[in-house]
Amino acid sequence: MAQASSDSKSLAKTHVKGRFSKDIFILQQLVTKDFKLRYRRSVLGVVWSVLNPLLMMIIMSFVFQYVFKSGDVVNYPLYLIVGNITFQLMSEATNGGLNSIIGAASLLKKVKIDRWVFPVQKVFSAVVNFLFSLIAVAVVMAFFRIMPTYHMVWMLYAIATLMVFCIGIGMLIGALAVFFRDMLHLWSVLLTAWTYLTPIFWSLKLLTDNPEVPSFVLAVVKINPMFNYLEVMRSAIVYQSTPSRMCLLLCAVWAVIALIAGILVFKKTEHKFILYI
Amino acid sequence: MAYYSLPATPDEEYSIEVEDVSMIFNMASEVLTNLKEYFIKAMKHELFFKEFRALNHISFKVKRGEIVGLVGTNGSGKSTMLKCIAGVLDPSEGTIKVRGNIAPLIELGAGFDPELTALENIYLNGALLGYSHDFIDEHLQDIVDFAELHDFLEMPLKNYSSGMVARIAFAIATVTEPDLLIVDETLSVGDVFFQEKCLRRIRSFIDSGKVTVLFVSHSMEQVAEICDRCVWIEKGQQRMDGPSAEVLEAYENQFK
Repeated sequence: MAQASSDSKSLAKTHVKGRFSKDIFILQQLVTKDFKLRYRRSVLGVVWSVLNPLLMMIIMSFVFQYVFKSGDVVNYPLYLIVGNITFQLMSEATNGGLNSIIGAASLLKKVKIDRWVFPVQKVFSAVVNFLFSLIAVAVVMAFFRIMPTYHMVWMLYAIATLMVFCIGIGMLIGALAVFFRDMLHLWSVLLTAWTYLTPIFWSLKLLTDNPEVPSFVLAVVKINPMFNYLEVMRSAIVYQSTPSRMCLLLCAVWAVIALIAGILVFKKTEHKFILYI
Repeated sequence: MAYYSLPATPDEEYSIEVEDVSMIFNMASEVLTNLKEYFIKAMKHELFFKEFRALNHISFKVKRGEIVGLVGTNGSGKSTMLKCIAGVLDPSEGTIKVRGNIAPLIELGAGFDPELTALENIYLNGALLGYSHDFIDEHLQDIVDFAELHDFLEMPLKNYSSGMVARIAFAIATVTEPDLLIVDETLSVGDVFFQEKCLRRIRSFIDSGKVTVLFVSHSMEQVAEICDRCVWIEKGQQRMDGPSAEVLEAYENQFK
């Protein structure tokens, strides 16, 4: 018996206790790895995470303010960059999730590992990148002398719900992509359509002010999950006001729907992954 | 259809319990990875698969500290069995219970990324094996010493020879004494000297008497020498389970 107790003590020391903390450690290692590999051997390195959204903003605000008309928006560059990085977060996270299981083939064939770790890791990696682009937002705010207000706290709500939403979508499409590689192509088309459907560089006013726009188009745009996440983000940073209850509710509802759908499909199919990758 | 990974408890007699396990692969006449094809076939009710039973109702139990050999000709299902026990594959039918932590020396170096340095890979692989961060910190020197890495820790793994990569992988997997050791003989690590070193480490686990060992080898002498008991699997069927001498004799007689 004494022997046995010393056994279990040494086990506690060598291995992580519990499945969950093992998964957390794996998650942390995989996120670190993604981050290190992303900028390895680039001169500016992580500065690109800040520079990229800034340059995009400059190009897009030139194009859409002078070349195309995008509706009257105050602080258009800020409006643009907040919308753009938030949408980028979603597209990066879901694209990562889409390939996460297929990409982890060599791991899944070698070790016992909880498979949900992979799509979730991609969301965390995207969030790390997103946090760096927030520096770019701060730079823009400083440039236009916009003081942040306490409304910034809504940003946390938007990020949290958007992360849950992305985890759900990532699990869903990541699992489906294992069985139907068509998903890889389909998703990029869907993302493009989604980019235009979401008011990233245009304003919702363009639709509401135009009587020719059928009401169902407006409804689709407004119910669109990304519209709601963007609205809450912009309320926090650009409009500096409390987001509408409808937006807040829809953010949470979409997150829950996506997560449930993702978990259901993932749980149902994950045992067969290894046979298809 | 279940896999249970349980903690090692001293009161439990068995370390591995394999109960009526079958592994069925769908040998689709063509692999459908295309939505259009899938729906067309589904509409025509042509979604039939040829079933291939890689394992057919296998049952055996391994006591704590027992050394069991798994024998069978190529393609008989040994590796599938090992992967099921290691938890990589989910059995289609039956249950597997495994108590304690496993050092699966089946496929080493899971998660190794050629772009990361050796040091970064040690932590990544360690995490996948379930080690804690503190444990890796403490035993980093042991791993480095065993693999004889020393001055190259900060070098990306892609610059290493495959032999060196295998050394690192083996060193991480065996840095601690596991409850259950799964050894596939086909695994050959590095040069002759390092192979002997590996073998010595495996022997030291075996000799400790606390480690349950599942050993797969095509060398009958090696199995006879190391294992007390053997399970013989042939074409997915369990042919025999008993003392090594008897099983090995029967196994060798099939070729005569």
